[in-house]
Order: sequence, then C-alpha cells, then structure tokens
Amino acid sequence: MTDYTDNTSEDSNKSKGGTTRRGFLSQLTVAGAGLTLAPLLANAATVPVEPEVITVALAEITTVTLTINGKKQLLSLDSRVTLLDALREKLALPGTKKGCDHGQCGACTVLVDGRRINSCLTLVGMCEGSEVITIEGLAQGDQLHPMQEAFLKHDGFQCGYCTPGQICSAVGLVKEGHAHTDAEIKELMSGNICRCGAYQNIVAAIKEVQNV
Amino acid sequence: MEPFKLIRVQDNESAIRTALTGDSKLIAGGTNMLDLMKLNIETPKQVVDINKLFLTQIEELPNGGIRIGALVKNSDLAYHPAIIKQYPVLSEALLSGASPQLRNMATTGGNLMQRTRCPYFYNTDFVCNKRIPGSGCAAISGYNRMNAVLGTSDKCIATHPSDMCVAMAALSAFIHVQGTKGVRSIPFANFHLLPGETPQFEHNMKPDELITHIELPPLSFAGKSHYLKVRDRASYEFALTSAAVALDIQNGIIKGARIALGGVGTKPWRSIEAEQSLIGAPANDASYKKAAEAAMAGAKPNKDNAFKIELAKRTLVRALKTVEGLS
Repeated sequence: MTDYTDNTSEDSNKSKGGTTRRGFLSQLTVAGAGLTLAPLLANAATVPVEPEVITVALAEITTVTLTINGKKQLLSLDSRVTLLDALREKLALPGTKKGCDHGQCGACTVLVDGRRINSCLTLVGMCEGSEVITIEGLAQGDQLHPMQEAFLKHDGFQCGYCTPGQICSAVGLVKEGHAHTDAEIKELMSGNICRCGAYQNIVAAIKEVQNV
Repeated sequence: MEPFKLIRVQDNESAIRTALTGDSKLIAGGTNMLDLMKLNIETPKQVVDINKLFLTQIEELPNGGIRIGALVKNSDLAYHPAIIKQYPVLSEALLSGASPQLRNMATTGGNLMQRTRCPYFYNTDFVCNKRIPGSGCAAISGYNRMNAVLGTSDKCIATHPSDMCVAMAALSAFIHVQGTKGVRSIPFANFHLLPGETPQFEHNMKPDELITHIELPPLSFAGKSHYLKVRDRASYEFALTSAAVALDIQNGIIKGARIALGGVGTKPWRSIEAEQSLIGAPANDASYKKAAEAAMAGAKPNKDNAFKIELAKRTLVRALKTVEGLS
C-alpha cells in the first residue's frame, strides 16, 4: 500500500455520505488497530504477559564483485538474492522482468559472460567476476542495438513484458550461431514464452539481424 | 527460501571438506537446486558454490573415449564436435532437454544429480516418500500420467527426468568421483538407485564424494546412434517417452545394440533385454517390435499412465528404424 500513488482527486472520490476513499481507508485502519489492540490492552490491565518472541533466522550476507552493463559493482546482499532480484530491487535495473521465477518462461533472460541465462535461477553470489549485460546495456547511448531496432521494425511484441528477455535471448542465439532455419530459430527461442503470440514477428526480427 | 551461508570454493578438496560440514548442498548451474530451494524442498544451511573448480574440460582420450569435466555446461557438451561425431545420441539428448538458457547454465554433474519432476514431490502440500521418508506416495493414488512404469515400487513411482542420462546409460558411461579416501569410478548402471523401500536415496555416492568427470568409453558403432523424445509440446518439455539407440548392422544383421529409455523409468532405463533380443537378428521391423516388447515386458501401469507402455514401444521402434537408416 505504501508505494501506491493515488493521483485521483479527493473530491471525485467523495461518496454521498461525504466520506473520501482515503478517509474511509484510514478509518478502517483505526478500527482494525482497535480490534487488534483491545484484547492486548485488556490483558495488560490485569496480568502482565511476557511478549512473545518470534525467532527469525538471520540472513546470511554474501559479498560479490561483478560488472553490470560495463559498470563494476560491489554488492553485499542476503545470500538468497538472485541475480534477477539484485538487478531489479537493488540496482534500479527493472528492464529484466520476473515472470515465473522458476526458469520456465525466459522473461528474466540476461547475458552473463556473453551467454544467455535465466537470472531467476542464478544467485547473485554465484556471479563473482562475471560480466552481466541486461536489456538496459544493449544500446550504445541513443543508438539502439540492431536486435532492438529489428524488434521495433517487425513488431516483435504486443504487451512487451517478455520483450527484454526475448531480445537478450535473441542476441545470445545469434552469437551462438546454431540457428540456420526458421525451425531452428523457433526451437532455439523455445526458452522464451510470449503469451501475446508475437512469435512470427520475433523470428522475422532475428532473421533480419542474422542477415546483416 | 530459508537463509543459508554461501561458500565459494576454489579446489576439489575444499569443496569436499566444506560439503561435509553442517547441512550442506553443492551448487553448480543451480537450475534444479535453486528451484527446489525456492520451494523449500531443499533447505540447506550451507550452499557450496563449486563453479570455480577446474572441471570444465572435454578431453579426447587415447583409447578413443571422451572424458567430460563435471562442470562442462550442457550446451558446450552438446555442440562439441567430437560428441556430435562420435556420440550423436548424447548431443541429441542434451539438445532435447530444457531450453537454451538452461543448457547454458546446467552442468554435466548437476544433470546426473537432478531430481524428479513428479508433481507430488514438487508440491509440499502432499505426502511424498522422497521428500519426507515414510509419509506415503500421493502419486500412486493421484494423477499419475507423467509417472514411471518401470522400476517402480509401492513407495514411489517418480520418473527420472533427465534426457542426458538416458544417452549416457546407453553408452555405458563411467562416473568418476573424488572423496576423502581417494577417487573411484562408478559404472552408469550402478549410479542411480531404484526407489524400492527407500526412495529418498537416489544415487550411489557417499556424503564425502564429489563428481569430477564422466567418461564415455569408446564404442565403435556409437557414431550410428539417435535420441528420440516424445512429449506434450514440440520443445521445452519433459519426456513422456524417449529412446536412446545405437546399432551395429553388418550385411543386414544386427551385431551390436545399445538401448536405453527415458520418461518411463524411475532411473535412466537401460534395456539389456531389448539389446539381447536384437543381437544376431535381421535389421527389420519385426526384430524392432520384438525388442520393444522385451524392453517393456516388466512395465506396471498406474491409473493414468498405461498409455506410456505402448508409446514407449513405438518410440523405440521408430528410433531403431531411424538408426537403421543411418547405416
């Protein structure tokens, strides 16, 4: 709730009774707190109760040095953080998308040491010394990467959510050099799911880049 | 995910030593381990990152075999010229598994160690003798279309998921491991265990052992080999059935045969029975059908997976015909 920005005006949200939505929500919060606190306060008045101690396992911290889009990064993070979450949550690089988070959709595809991988199934702590390229690192300034240009030209997307992963995967595919026919391109792009079904146009974009 | 300490090691000895302390798991590609950790199926307190070990070479041996480092990526192995030429069945099996991204991450040793994709193993709301020994098997009474028909027990019917392992079973690979007491070599057929009464034990390695290499022995006719995988989607899906086949045909007579099946067994399923039925027989459909019957003779279907028995036979016959065509 806290990072939700309400841009609607108070007036337009006024109901017949003169309550605003925000006001109504605050009242709910107060009421909720009252319900929660009431029994505790009642207890406090009679028998002092020891506060319940909830043990939370402490996070282990991992330190890692890696290069992301040409910039060296020294990170100290919870060892559970994946490369995907480090990019999105810690490094302000939200271009790489989280889809399934289990290596089944390809939305999180980035290039590590020149090879396409699923960043959701990689711990950032396993990337010591690696060179990571994300969708944000493909363009040279205002000059788009040829694959980005080709995706625009051939309309290789609709909603765009899978597109950063598709483009990084396509860049990896061209570099690998194993796809020579439409069927091989489709097979070797099978790790990237597009629910809008822009597959034909994605194949066209990849072929254009391969032929340059 | 439960908190864990990530420890990066630089050599085999420290990997082995570190893995013996506390509740540890090794991580290489991470494609299976991290997936299982996210689901709280694996909850190690220590994760030992072995990616910096020097086990990334593919070496051609003087005897004609090939030695593969445990950390060789699945994609590097699949596209290696010597593998494509000498053991095409292995290249094809690797390329039929997962996606290009996952193959760029997954390692040869990790692929040997990958765990079943049985939906009841993966869903912690259900009982599973692999996850919680003695809790029961939800798959036997559940929806078991993807489960195994060979090598099952009344404790577990989970399918072994690997494609690579099916090819390696057919090729009689050896798995080299290093432990605190030295090194040893495990024949492929002895590496994975049948579920029996103890499905939680899946392989024949001791707690102090680390896979260092996989050796493919020379096999004169392995150049004529093929992997056929049948699945619900055209790509990026586990096998319903698969067959790894190599044939030595001379003057229309089968002199040598290697056969292993995937998608149907609780471990990568080498069929010596099918191989023996082929040796000395003419290379024709009747021989292939007889071999397929032999391969599936011991199959036990469950409620939803009886179709796999016929499908596996047809898969094997098709693969054998394809290899005959290569000769």
